[in-house]
Amino acid sequence: MSLLETFRVALTALSTNRLRAVLTTLGIMIGVASVVTLTSLGASLQGYIQSQFEDLGADTLQISSARFRNTSSGTQPMTTQDAEGLAEEGVAPHVVAVAWTYNIQTTVRSGANSSTMSAQGVTANYADVNNWYPASGGAFITQNDIDSSARVVLLDSTTAEDYFGTANPVGQTLLIGGQVFTIIGVMEERSTGGMSSQTVLIPVTTAQTRLANAHVAGKGYRVTQIQAKVSSADSETVALATDEVEAYLLKAHGIRNSASADFNVTSSATILDSLSSTLSLVTVFLSAVAGISLLVGGIGVMNIMLVSVTERTREIGLRKAVGAQSGSILVQFLVEAILLSLLGGSIGIMLGGVFLLIGGQLAPEMSISLTPESAILATGISSLIGILSGVYPANRAANLHPIEALRFE
Amino acid sequence: MNNNNHSDTSRVIDIQGITKTYHLGEIELQVLKGIDLKIERGEFVSIMGPSGSGKSTLMNILGVLDQPTTGTFYLDGINVAEIRDQDLARIRNKKIGFVFQNFNLLKRTTALRQVELPLMYAGTRGRTQKAREALESVGLGERLNHLPSELSGGQQQRVAIARALVNEPSLILADEPTGNLDTRSGKEVMQIFQTLNREQGITTIFVTHDPWIARHTNRVIMLRDGNIIADKHVASPLDAATAERPSEAEELQEVFETTYYGGKAEEYT
Ligand SMILES: Nc1ncnc2c1ncn2[C@@H]1O[C@H](COP(=O)(O)OP(=O)(O)O)[C@@H](O)[C@H]1O
Ligand SMILES: [Mg+2]
Repeated sequence: MSLLETFRVALTALSTNRLRAVLTTLGIMIGVASVVTLTSLGASLQGYIQSQFEDLGADTLQISSARFRNTSSGTQPMTTQDAEGLAEEGVAPHVVAVAWTYNIQTTVRSGANSSTMSAQGVTANYADVNNWYPASGGAFITQNDIDSSARVVLLDSTTAEDYFGTANPVGQTLLIGGQVFTIIGVMEERSTGGMSSQTVLIPVTTAQTRLANAHVAGKGYRVTQIQAKVSSADSETVALATDEVEAYLLKAHGIRNSASADFNVTSSATILDSLSSTLSLVTVFLSAVAGISLLVGGIGVMNIMLVSVTERTREIGLRKAVGAQSGSILVQFLVEAILLSLLGGSIGIMLGGVFLLIGGQLAPEMSISLTPESAILATGISSLIGILSGVYPANRAANLHPIEALRFE
Repeated sequence: MNNNNHSDTSRVIDIQGITKTYHLGEIELQVLKGIDLKIERGEFVSIMGPSGSGKSTLMNILGVLDQPTTGTFYLDGINVAEIRDQDLARIRNKKIGFVFQNFNLLKRTTALRQVELPLMYAGTRGRTQKAREALESVGLGERLNHLPSELSGGQQQRVAIARALVNEPSLILADEPTGNLDTRSGKEVMQIFQTLNREQGITTIFVTHDPWIARHTNRVIMLRDGNIIADKHVASPLDAATAERPSEAEELQEVFETTYYGGKAEEYT
């Protein structure tokens, strides 16, 4: 019997018991829907987190003072000397750029609008290192601005809107810490992962000297954070660069034991790594839970196939009497079990698609969608369940004795 | 035994010393007690005998649906005992057409598809055409797409006959094919068998309880308690198209006596 014929016979058999077929595959439906939802959701979540971290710069080391760490030598502040030292040729070969910031909380006022927020003093390469630029029509802080401690400011898009609405703020002035600053640009919008994004960017020297006195004797000025951009984002290079930075700073701060370092070097790559592995662990665990529904579904299919074989014992006897080989009977019931389970699987995929659609509506920024991989995985799982749960009943059908089958009441 | 005797292809069936024993727990039940039987190509044979005498058991063995406990069985010159399982299926498919008392049609399947079934397992091309021709030959050319539930008993049995003959088998075996039918339908079915045998020379063996039906065949074999107790030519078989069933009890009695006789197997050789 041809395969096409086998499919037709199996489909006919299934369609005579439509409701039963659908109910039988309920377990598979739920299992597949869970697998599809979980794996797709996991992938979207992973992608989302990744993109968030890429915005933060997975290839950038953040170095800050370990202010609360108890060290015998006392905490030395992070200074421009540290930053400039790191930027020197040969100090950290895997670091391609060093930016630094000095942040202060201050009042920002424009007319009647006034609020306290963080003013971030930044270096001229801050935009490049953070991959965050002024929106069109604006310019970033230049080295000239740094050298002259210019009173220029860039607003983030939220602040710009708060203070100026839809009007173009470029060229207007703001009072920061009581001093007049000229607005030279608005930073482009970027996702912040839900964190407050309100900040104004000013030249780092302006923050260190005009808005505060951050001078540290013999070491230049205090900095809040040093950002070291690594030559490549892969974790190996990031690790190398981290070692170089740590070695330099330990030496500069005169600390021998790295355990008593008075600074922290973190990179989003390392955070991302641990987060991703946690996430995939969770996905695997939840998929295993889904697997239990699939197991139940498989047992359901096996059960109904056994019922079907019993119900159709006489039919099997007749088929054998007119010349069906045991193999054809086996294949016929196997195909029926596979189709049954694929039926459940495809309904499950659709169900999962609906769940994901709802999820996508609830969290639009996560771009949740059914991944082709999860659909393929689900189809594969369904076929496998069909085969596994069909083998025993099909084998039973194939081995029936024609006469006993024909006599079956 | 000389194998050459059995390669004579004109002999459709040649069995010797066939026994069949069922084991029911402790009890052994010998249903066939040593059957010898030769049937030539083109013969039209009826098997009669009381209920439980082993007629169906014998038919199932002849149809390769069941295996004898002992004895030799040559079908079309082939030693059935030496055949592997898959080839048994092929023999059932190609050489034998089986007709059952209860029709054994598939539910929710049209007449055409029922008849296509043996062709399907044979992998034959042009199935629909062949199935249609077979149905036409049993007078069901107008009922191709009817389901069993839409056909009378006689029509259902004719579908089953079409299914049995569609693969052009060497042998048609019918186990009480008229048993579930009323007299008229039974006669129609009988007529089909007779026509197939006379016009196409299809070797046919069928079991019946009805002596009048048996009188339409050329040879009557009587079974009792697993033995052949008589095997006799019918001198002038009735013609199903013209013969009228005697309505009087006496005439029935007369037919009965000419058919149910107490002769011995040796009388037929
Ligand atoms: N599978 C079986 N197991 C046990 N006994 C059986 C089996 N098949 C048939 N028999 C017995 O064999 C005897 C002959 O049966 P059967 O060939 O069907 O008789 P008939 O067709 O002549 O009425 C009966 O007594 C029946 O009960
Ligand atoms: Mg019987």
